[in-house]
Amino acid sequence: MRLVTIRRITQGFFLVLMIGSCLVNRVGDRWYELRGWPVSWLLELDPLVGLATVLTTGSLYKGLLWGTLTLALTALLGRFFCGWLCPLGTLQQMVGAWTDKGRRPKARAYGRQSHPGQKIKYLLLTALLTMAGVELVCPLVDLSGQGGWIPPVAVILAGIVLIRTGQKTPWKRSTGWAMAVAGSLCLMLGNLLPGNRLLAAGLQTGILDPIPLVYRSVSLVVLPLISPDGTFVVVTGGLLTGGVFVLVLALSAWRPRFYCRYVCPLGALLGLTVRWSVWRMGRQDKNGDACTGCGRCDHHCEGACDPANEIQWAECVLCYNCRDDCPERIMGYSTRPSTTGENPGPDLSRRAVLTAGATGAILLPLARLGDPLGVGWRPDLVRPPGSLTEEAFLNRCIKCGLCMRVCPTNVIQPTVLEAGIEGLWTPRLDFRLGSSGCQHNCIACGSVCPTAAIRPLALEERMGTASFADKGPVRIGTAFMDRGRCLPWAMGIPCIVCQENCPVSPKAITTRTIMETVAGLDRLIVQQVSSRAVHLNLPFTRSPLAGGDYFLAGPAGPQNALRITGLQAGWIQVAGDPAGAGFRQQTPAAVVVRLQQPYVDPLHCIGCGVCQHECPVRGRAAIRVTSENETRSRAHALLAGTGLPHSKD
Amino acid sequence: MTDLNRREFIHRSVKAGLVSAGALGAGWWLHDTRPPALEPLPQSLPGIPDFSGALVEGPAMAIAKGTDRMDMADRALEALGGIRRFVSPGHRVVIKVNAAFASPPAICATSHPDLVTAVVTACRAAGASDVVVTDNPINDPASCFRLTGIGPAAEAAGGRVVLPTADQFSRVTLSGARLIRDWPVLIGPLADADCLIGLAPLKDHHRSGASMTIKNWYGLLGGRRNVFHQDIHTIITELAALVRPTLVILDAVTAMIHNGPTGGSISDLTRTNTLVAGVDQLAVDAMGAELLGRDLSQLPHLRQSADAGLGVLDYHTLNPVAVP
Ligand code: SF4
Ligand code: SF4
Repeated sequence: MRLVTIRRITQGFFLVLMIGSCLVNRVGDRWYELRGWPVSWLLELDPLVGLATVLTTGSLYKGLLWGTLTLALTALLGRFFCGWLCPLGTLQQMVGAWTDKGRRPKARAYGRQSHPGQKIKYLLLTALLTMAGVELVCPLVDLSGQGGWIPPVAVILAGIVLIRTGQKTPWKRSTGWAMAVAGSLCLMLGNLLPGNRLLAAGLQTGILDPIPLVYRSVSLVVLPLISPDGTFVVVTGGLLTGGVFVLVLALSAWRPRFYCRYVCPLGALLGLTVRWSVWRMGRQDKNGDACTGCGRCDHHCEGACDPANEIQWAECVLCYNCRDDCPERIMGYSTRPSTTGENPGPDLSRRAVLTAGATGAILLPLARLGDPLGVGWRPDLVRPPGSLTEEAFLNRCIKCGLCMRVCPTNVIQPTVLEAGIEGLWTPRLDFRLGSSGCQHNCIACGSVCPTAAIRPLALEERMGTASFADKGPVRIGTAFMDRGRCLPWAMGIPCIVCQENCPVSPKAITTRTIMETVAGLDRLIVQQVSSRAVHLNLPFTRSPLAGGDYFLAGPAGPQNALRITGLQAGWIQVAGDPAGAGFRQQTPAAVVVRLQQPYVDPLHCIGCGVCQHECPVRGRAAIRVTSENETRSRAHALLAGTGLPHSKD
Repeated sequence: MTDLNRREFIHRSVKAGLVSAGALGAGWWLHDTRPPALEPLPQSLPGIPDFSGALVEGPAMAIAKGTDRMDMADRALEALGGIRRFVSPGHRVVIKVNAAFASPPAICATSHPDLVTAVVTACRAAGASDVVVTDNPINDPASCFRLTGIGPAAEAAGGRVVLPTADQFSRVTLSGARLIRDWPVLIGPLADADCLIGLAPLKDHHRSGASMTIKNWYGLLGGRRNVFHQDIHTIITELAALVRPTLVILDAVTAMIHNGPTGGSISDLTRTNTLVAGVDQLAVDAMGAELLGRDLSQLPHLRQSADAGLGVLDYHTLNPVAVP
């Protein structure tokens, strides 16, 4: 079998694996639904996920160890991941191959030649990794340690001396400059350090990392659109999520594997890794004279790496098309470098890399000027149960969408701007959407999160039972009554759907019963009294009056009112004897309603939002959950003695 | 393969092997199968220093009458045995004023600058090496110290204002407490002080009934301390246990009897022409309650503090020295 065919089969396998992983990532009892399938295996194979989270958290979580295998093999073999595994690469390759069919060979070859723009992806990678790792320099510029500012100042002075004395010795001058600049930087950063917010790290690789991108697109856009199991899944921000996906594919119609070549930070990382790889692609004619110069090897090159000339090895995705296309059979994969020469790595200028790094380093501090993780936290941002504190959460979430897809009630939605720009595509609970609130006995989201941004919870921990009884259940927020919108509170209409649906025991919603005069029905005068009915001065109808919640109050007051049982020809029928209850001709009467007005008990509310979802005031519910009192952050504690303050408060 | 090629191949393979092994090794080394820890518990101190001990014997309480706070303070201190009973040469003194609001002295919502002048001057005269005046106000700290006149008065008399910057706070857990647990307390100036003096105006307080010398310690709390209003009497009782001052002075020359604790109008004030100084903050507050016309049932925190053994409620038993 041709190598290219094997490669295609492998690509197909991993594409199906990825789609399958997204498809089965559902809780339920249909045959394909989640039963411990390793749905995040491909994400774990992605070394950028591992590397970036190592930078932000200092550790490599669980399955992310797989990524090191990818890196290790790439260092020996080349970018096999891009050409053989990556589903986004495969999809782009399919689009590119299809559009290329309509092109003349010359145009085709043109579109597959290397382009200086291919360096952009390395700069994007630099910016993203700087963003992730910038806090690591903190210990290096800490001036509060021994010696304080003296060492950097000494370095600066020594540098100046070198510059002054080394007029004719270039190495002295440049060393002097380097010392002066490095010393000044340390001094500047160190002086700014305590309390300054310049060094803020965060994980943003997930925006561009192709594996999270493709998981997210398939889980949140493709599968909901084609709805393979016939369920209607609501997803917010679909145009943005899907638009990026469509754009990636559309651009590959213009230039094959556009994303891989110009944007993909994972490709860039792997491109840097292959520099010394043992095996490489290239022309393998021993004497360098077997090539007829037909140039066919360039025509289907996926990586745009110029195999006909000096091969750009960092760009090669091991598609083997050149090997397949060469009529002389001299292109090949071997331990020898190409006889036409090779360029092992991207030619990046130091200036460009530094600029990219600096740009990345300053973006998060800008995003955090409003202190969204401290006093500026967003109460509407309710995170899934088990989520870490917001800062730790953002240091881990790779925006893959697994938790959103797996949520059985579909209440977990991707954010667009609800968590700030840096929180784009992270999970939030939208109680208005979804089929119900957050099920208090469900732990699906944490169990699929590949980075533990949502910690895996045991059911007992979630519900606060067994050994977790003293800690109590995990709270994701607190429900607040909006008395201006609640039917019993604002409109005198019985309801308490919220109380009925509150799943915790004892219920976090209690009620107080009151008898309230129905608005507009308090100017009534008794005209006539019979044994079981009263005739009033004003004719009126109201459909639920006889439903059991309404009473007719006479001189004995609302507490002794008689239940209304019917309305007939101007007579109000009541349960009991009206005369015995003091009803006489010309005495005033009133219609009162027995109301149960709901209250939330913040000690028991877990913020599941079932009440909000069920509230019949549907547009903006009369009871709404915000993240106050969420377990994950002591700073958001609501009750005295239950939480701790936040240092930023 | 030529020698050159072979050499290059080996060279490259070694490097590739190093990268490969490096990735695997680093991965193995950094690998962590445990889920991340929850929000880590901060370290906290077991309390703050006790400033009440080792006092020379002497009167426990003095009640001065008059209208000139400086003079009254001097006389009250004299009646207690003189400032030297509390402050020795070289002592570092911290004066916790009430600078809660950025309002002028005439409103009497904050410690009066005259009283600050008198006490700082007395401490200086007794040889104190450092007199710190501090508080964690509700309004903007710098504005509070300036507009209340406390800052200028303290500095003119030789004191030093310490504003509540983040580095002045440490977390404290008071043993047995329900509320003061891992809570930031303005401990910076207290950490190496020898003497703590509380200066509080006597004020009405709609939530707790009255704001006097114990309630004044609320101003040492940081963080989102407003959650404690859910359980105001407990927090005041816990403050009485947390803070054991050398001396407290309650200024009731013009007490705020309505609309506390901010007031805002002269008509909220009434003249009682009294200034109480004492070493037992509970006794001083009990007298303050009387001046404010509140009985003990309206101020549960006083009874709770007494039950917790934090002072004497019936201040008469302390034989207060009256300074007419
Ligand atoms: S369900 Fe909504 S309207 Fe009904 S009682 Fe509860 S909050 Fe009010
Ligand atoms: S959010 Fe709170 S009050 Fe509402 S249903 Fe859930 S536990 Fe009950």
